[in-house]
Formats: sequence, C-alpha cells, structure tokens
Amino acid sequence: MDINEIIKPENLVYDKSAVLNDDVMHYCPGCTHGVVHKIMAELIEEMGLQEKTVGIAPVGCAVFAYNYIDIDWQEAAHGRAPAVATGVARLHPDNFVFTYQGDGDLASIGTAEIMHACNRGENILVIFINNGIYGMTGGQMAPTTLEGMVTSTTPNGRNVDLNGYPMKITNLIAQLPGTSYVTRQAAHTANAARKLKRSLKKAIQNVLDKKGTSFVEVVSTCNSGWKMTPVAANNWMTENMLPYYPLGDMKDSEKGEHSEN
Amino acid sequence: MGEVRLMKGNEVLAEAAIRCGCDGYFGYPITPQSEVMETLMARQPWNETGMVVLQAESEVASINMVYGAAGSGKKVMTSSSSPGVSLMAEGISYIAGAELPCLLVNVQRGGPGLGTIQPSQADYFQSVKGGGHGDYKLIVLAPSSVQEMNDFVNLGFELAFKYRNPAMILADGAIGQMMEKVELADFKPRRTNEEIEAECGDWATLGKPKSRKKNIVTSLEMDSDIMEANNLRFQEKYKKLEEEEVRYEAIQCDDADFVLVAFGTSSRVCQKAVEIARAKGLKVGLLRPITLYPFPKKIIKELARKAQGFLSVEMSAGQMVEDIKLSVYEAGSNARVDYFGRMGGIIPSPNEVVEALEDKFSWELSYGVKRSY
Ligand SMILES: Cc1ncc(C[n+]2csc(CCOP(=O)(O)OP(=O)(O)O)c2C)c(N)n1
Ligand code: SF4
Ligand SMILES: [Mg+2]
Repeated sequence: MDINEIIKPENLVYDKSAVLNDDVMHYCPGCTHGVVHKIMAELIEEMGLQEKTVGIAPVGCAVFAYNYIDIDWQEAAHGRAPAVATGVARLHPDNFVFTYQGDGDLASIGTAEIMHACNRGENILVIFINNGIYGMTGGQMAPTTLEGMVTSTTPNGRNVDLNGYPMKITNLIAQLPGTSYVTRQAAHTANAARKLKRSLKKAIQNVLDKKGTSFVEVVSTCNSGWKMTPVAANNWMTENMLPYYPLGDMKDSEKGEHSEN
Repeated sequence: MGEVRLMKGNEVLAEAAIRCGCDGYFGYPITPQSEVMETLMARQPWNETGMVVLQAESEVASINMVYGAAGSGKKVMTSSSSPGVSLMAEGISYIAGAELPCLLVNVQRGGPGLGTIQPSQADYFQSVKGGGHGDYKLIVLAPSSVQEMNDFVNLGFELAFKYRNPAMILADGAIGQMMEKVELADFKPRRTNEEIEAECGDWATLGKPKSRKKNIVTSLEMDSDIMEANNLRFQEKYKKLEEEEVRYEAIQCDDADFVLVAFGTSSRVCQKAVEIARAKGLKVGLLRPITLYPFPKKIIKELARKAQGFLSVEMSAGQMVEDIKLSVYEAGSNARVDYFGRMGGIIPSPNEVVEALEDKFSWELSYGVKRSY
C-alpha cells in the first residue's frame, strides 16, 4: 500500500477524539496524565456524553485539565473536588460529573471530602492519579510515597517512623458502602491502557445508572518528579509501585454493599 | 399583607430560602445557627419546591458544595457561625475569584478561637474586608430584626446574581435566636432550567452543547496581564457596588450633634439610647448601616459636616469605627470619632451607651462648641 492509499479516510484505524482539543499539553513528555486525558476524551465522545459532562479539575498538575478536554469544567480548591462535584451532581442529577485528582489532592489535603463523598454514594466518578509524589509543586512527599523513596522533602528516603506509611486509600474507599465500583489500574503499557479504558467505561456507566460512587485509581509515573526518563519511570513503577499497589478490581457490586477486602 | 408569624431569626432564614426559590442549602451544625438546617430538614422542601438540602461533613465541604452548585448556575446558600466561617474562608475566596453568585450567612458568636456561643459582632473585619486571601469583597448585609432576616435572603440573592458576587448576611446570635413577628414573603417558584440557561448559560457549567465553547469556572490565571485585568474588573464591580448599592437607616440624624453608628443588635440598643439621650436634651441621632460593604460613607461624610462627634457602638473591640474614621477623614471634617462596645457575648445596655457618649464627648458637651473645620 502506498502512502496515499493508507491515509484514505476509509482506511483510518485510529483518530484522536474530537473531545480532546489541539492545545499543546503542559504535561511533561511521558507523564501518565496525558494518557488518562486521552482515554476520558475518547469515552466521553464514544458514550455521547459531551453535552452532559461536567469535569472537576484538582489542584495539582492536572489543574489545567480543563484546557484540553472539550467539556464544561470547574476548577476546585486543593482537595475539595469531591465536595464541588457533590454540589454540581446534587443540583444537576442528569449531568455526568467526574473529579480528576492527584494523590496529594485526594489522599492528603482532601481526605475528608473524598471519604464523605464516597460514603454518601454521590453519583460521580472519581479518577485518582497516584504517582507517589507531589508533581506540581516540584516533587515533595505524598501520602502515597513508597517507603525509602527519595523526594525533595524526604531526601534520605521516606522514613516510616517520621512520615508514617504509604497510604492505600483506595482500599479504604472500597470499604464504603456508598461506592459500587472501586478499581486500581495503570496506563504504562498499551494493554494496561486498554484495561483502564474498560474500567473507566464501566465506572461511567455505573454513574449514569445511579449506582453511587465509582472510583478508579491509576497507578502513575511522574518522571520529572522521580527524576527519571519516561522509560525508567515505567520500569521503576512496575518494579516498586505495583507490588505495593497491586492492580485489579477491589469492589464491583451494588451501592449499599460492604466489601470484604 | 403576607403571612405573619412569630418566628426565630434562624428559622426565618430557612423559610425565606424556600419561599424565594432557593435551589440548595449546604451546611454544618454550629451554635447559634443550627436551627437553619434543622428547620429546613423538618420542612423537607425537596417535596415542595425541589430544593436540595444536605448536611456536609464540614464547613470546608459545605462552602465547596456551594461553589460547585453556584458554578452550575443554581441559587444556593450556606449558613454558619464564626469558627465555621473562618474555615470557609478559602472557599469564599475561590467563589469571589470565580465570580459565582451565592448567599452566605454568618450568625456571629464571640471569639477568638472557640470563644463563646453568645452573640458578637467581631467578624466585621473578616466580612467587610474580604476575609480570605486576595483582593475581593463580599456584599455584606446586616439585619437588625427577624423581619430583615427574612427580607435579606431574597435581597442577598438578588444582589449576588446582579453582580455575580457572593453576598453575606452578617447577623449575630441574638438576631438568630430571638423570636419576633415577621411578615413572610410570598412563594416564588425556583427558576426553570430554561431560565437558568438564559441567565447563566454563558458562564455556568450546565453541560456543553455543540453551539457554544466550553464554560470553565475557575479563579486561576497564569498570565499576569490577564490576572491583573481580572482584578481590575473586580475592582470596577466593587466601585459600582459602592456607588449604587449602599443601604442605611438614619434615625433623628437631621439635627444631631452626636451620631451613634451601630448595626444589627447593637443598633437596637442604640435606638433606645437615642430616646434616653434626647430626653436629657442631647441632640443625638443613630445611623444604622444596612450594607456594611458597601459602607455608607457618603451619608457619614454629610453628617460629619454638622455633627461634633460619632460614637461607633459595637459588640467587638472596635472594628467598624475604623471605617467611620476613614469617612470622616475623607470629608475633611474634624468631628471626633470614638468607640464604645462590649465583648465576650455581652450586649451593651442603652444607659451604658449614653454614659459612654457623655464620657467620651465630655469636652464637646461642656463647651457646646461646634468645632471648626
Ligand atoms: C491549600 C493549598 N495548599 C497547598 C497548595 C500547593 N500545591 C499545589 S499542587 C500540590 C500537590 C499536588 O500533588 P498531587 O495532588 O499529587 O498532584 P500531581 O501534581 O502529582 O498530579 C500542592 C501541595 C495549594 N495550591 N493549595
Ligand atoms: S511533574 Fe510529574 S505529574 Fe506533573 S506533568 Fe510532569 S511528570 Fe506529570
Ligand atoms: Mg501526585
């Protein structure tokens, strides 16, 4: 096949979602945020949700998510996205509302808001980007930072006596009867990204079906914060993050059910 | 004449919210205003008007729920008392920065810290000067009766939407807790989705139709030139508020040598103090600011041309007195401005106020001199 044959519209095998606009992303090359944005834009388009979706952006590197995905957005204060989403979803029950939060945002400053939104079973999707670090502010320790991991505020590695333990907040969330679908995924390989997309699709469908809160953690890299190349960061994540944060569904049930794990 | 009832100030806030077509209330219990949410929960307005009422996990959450709902074009409110409002300060700043209309209520108690559950006016600075970070202002209404608790709910929402700015009812524990006769407003239906679309469609997150660009509710701007332009726009808005929305009540001020300035509960005390002083032959009047921001500067400047003195009577260590001084200074008048107040939840008595007036202005009273300026 020559090039002109290949680029014919009928031979198109992949196209960027129209819901993802052409603005140059501010994310570092290799950053997981970009992959997750792309998947969400695709799902919003494929599921025909552009006109009813409201995204809640966090404070963190994804603060500018609203620049890239072509839907209505609100930008929340640090950690407060679940409360903001509650306000939108309660007053506009026909809209599809999701928050997009980092680990500092969700598991540190915003712990109360995420716990209670999930416990109330708000009809929202929570996307939780766990990169084990505060990317935006220059690589400080996050609640999810692994033991021994070097960050700018743990220059000798995270010391559990001083800093406590890396927090598996998704496991806690799965205990809350307000949640229906709680899963931990990743996006570091094509296969992982495909699985993540399936999970997000199911989560969105749950929200549309008013099944309560769906929560999708994405174990992510922050190659800049980790001071690694994108490839090294992916490898480091596979070797160190995934054993501590194993992938898979933690809960797939109806709202009101308790999880055993 | 509307329906007349005997009600607590806090209960009236709830009733007025339902009747003015409020879409949602988010709150967290704190004395002395817990009756607001309790009344709403007992009234179950969701069955009647569709209004949403939700008990949040904290004031941090409730103000951010207000942000979300207001950002999606709805008419929503929260209420709290001093410590809770401090906790909301970040969210209020974001709401002002994102230019969202909403109604906040502070039924003040004494501070600092956990302080006392008794009434106070010590959150004046916090309310009228901004309160959170950054250059912003709230529209601040100070009710002095249960009737005004009723009236200012609707007025607060109207001003909030007119200026796309948060409005605050700054009450105190006494007004919240006391019962008075009140004429309730008639029921006004909640706005339909079409009406919301027409009023807020160019900025609220209602879901993006193909026909328009996405709406983004945010206070963030990385480009300094644009951020400065945003700040200048806010300042223009505040200037307009100062020009067009000042409200006050002037009682026996026309011939007054001395003007008591007081709002809320202390203004009621001062009304009686004016009577006592007048009976003694003193020409005393009362200026009651109704909007604390925008502050009634102009009338103070006018009164300062003739009056010899102003006494700011506050249930605080003296906060509003600074704004009175500024106004008198701007008028180029040498009328003297002093303060009298009580703290810790104590409401000053009318006699105390008259004694303070006689004491602080003894020079002017003995020589009867109208000072030159
Ligand atoms: C109240 C408040 N405290 C602190 C900050 C500074 N801050 C901005 S982003 C951030 C951490 C973000 O980390 P995370 O949520 O993990 O997002 P990431 O950048 O890693 O995606 C912090 C502490 C802030 N903006 N607001
Ligand atoms: S700092 Fe980290 S999280 Fe932020 S964009 Fe860069 S790689 Fe991504
Ligand atoms: Mg992070």
